[in-house]
Amino acid sequence: MKWGVAAGVSALLSGAAMADTLPSAEEMWALIQKQQKQIDELSRSLATATERTAQVDARTKSVEQKVEATSAHVESLATETAGKGGGLIEGTTIGGYGELHYNSGPTDMIDFHRFVLFVNHDFNEKMRLVSELEVEHALVKNASTGQPGSTGELELEQAYVEFDLTAQSQAKAGLFLLPIGILNETHEPATFYGVERNKVESDIIPTTWWEGGVAYSRQFESGLSYDVAVHSGLTKTAGADLGDIRKSRQKVASADAQDGAVTSRVKYTGIKGLTLATSVQYQQDIAQSTLARENADALLTSVHADWRKGGFGLRALYARWDINGPTAQSTGRDVQYGYYIEPSYRFPISVGELGFFARYSVVDNQAGNSAASEKRYTDLGVNYWPHAQIVLKADVQFVDNPTAIDEEIFSLGLGFQF
Amino acid sequence: MKAFRLLIAWNIGLLAWVARAEDDVYLAPERFLEETFVEAAGVPAPQLVWLTKEAREQVRSILGHDYPSMRIRYWSAGARTAWILEEVGKTKPITMGLVVAGGRLERIKVLIYRESHGWEVKYPFFTDQFNGIGLDASGRLSRPIDGISGATLSVNALTKLGRLALFLDAFVRKAQAP
Repeated sequence: MKWGVAAGVSALLSGAAMADTLPSAEEMWALIQKQQKQIDELSRSLATATERTAQVDARTKSVEQKVEATSAHVESLATETAGKGGGLIEGTTIGGYGELHYNSGPTDMIDFHRFVLFVNHDFNEKMRLVSELEVEHALVKNASTGQPGSTGELELEQAYVEFDLTAQSQAKAGLFLLPIGILNETHEPATFYGVERNKVESDIIPTTWWEGGVAYSRQFESGLSYDVAVHSGLTKTAGADLGDIRKSRQKVASADAQDGAVTSRVKYTGIKGLTLATSVQYQQDIAQSTLARENADALLTSVHADWRKGGFGLRALYARWDINGPTAQSTGRDVQYGYYIEPSYRFPISVGELGFFARYSVVDNQAGNSAASEKRYTDLGVNYWPHAQIVLKADVQFVDNPTAIDEEIFSLGLGFQF
Repeated sequence: MKAFRLLIAWNIGLLAWVARAEDDVYLAPERFLEETFVEAAGVPAPQLVWLTKEAREQVRSILGHDYPSMRIRYWSAGARTAWILEEVGKTKPITMGLVVAGGRLERIKVLIYRESHGWEVKYPFFTDQFNGIGLDASGRLSRPIDGISGATLSVNALTKLGRLALFLDAFVRKAQAP
């Protein structure tokens, strides 16, 4: 560096055009020494700055690593409590739903109809427990106390272990909801219209209907799926009530298991917004072999469609029972049927969504004889969802009774799920 | 009894028929990214978007709750971003891969489905309807999604994640704008 500057200066000094005003060699030498000193100081400063920058870079990297580690740790804590398992018991998730009803008609009544808790547990990625515990009508009392009895029930609606056989097939064993109709497996209040469940899926398909047994399910990428279940059956030994389907559910409570049943369903959802399904159930003997010289075997068939296009919805369902034997024939319960059609329209508003529906239902639980027993129901109503998991409902139901006075029932409801 | 035996035989026959079908394989997140960036020179390095106060409020309005993470990893190449996001359906998280191109969903794919019901949302006959959807002025999807009976909560979860991916794509592009 020094010699380079000196050579440059010598070249300048040797120029013919040098003026007398130029500094002398001694002055130039002093100037060069001064500049050299400044260059040395700048070099030292640059080295110091470079060293400090490296230190700052190292500190920044260290801080970034700490932030990354902290973030990852915080996220792992959040994830553990976000449903992957964790919380109080690793692998356990909790959900549920509830609904409050007010009915005004022949009887004015307010009833917290259901409060349900789901408690599910993953034993591992392929084996899980699914359970559903329900309190109906808010209060369960011991009738033997002599206090005014409540209609409340404490019910175990699901308690089964499911095994993933493949990514598209599962087997389950335990107490489970039967794959029949629209509401039996999915009946959270925010998922259907109307305060009360429709009459067909109450009196013909006795929703909520669960049995104990084993089941196999298979799904295909085309949208086709298939379920088959072998399970406990219905029973009613009293002759007059034989075939009263809703009363015949044993609810897997020390249930008669002399005769069982098998249910199968084929469902197709391969067309966007459309669900088509049909179920067939065969009961070996709904009297559980208690009738002399009579086998009251029964067949339930159902078919339904659920179509949604944008805000428009259309549900339609038909179900029918055919029960063998003279006992059922004597009361006309050997043939029972019901059907309904339910158009609806749902649309977003400033807060949440609003939906209107109409439903026409026909139910006959004693269609096997000539007596007039066909009931017709017309429902009109509205659902308001302030949140996807909260629903407020209002509807009016007109009941056309074949042998009694017609009824009008106004209902309000609140439903939630979590 | 004869009818019962016939029904059992019919079901066994159906079981034998379905057992012949080949299984589909879940799409691993790595494979989803490889498929997404097949025309690029490999999967780009992941980037992170930190959920600032403003972003957290938007995310909360979309999901109804905070996202269980302070930052979200994404992959970007050109005008496309890919996201792997999770949202609880009924009781368990659904893992989804979503690709946004030019402010619209190009492709969505359910990568891991853990729920017992609502399996229909895993398949193209349902997910294909998200393709080409953007956000309208109010931050909702520009087209309604046709739901599936019995899978409402899973459909809701996918719809929310579609909105979230579109919002996050717009958010990172706004942050990168000069």
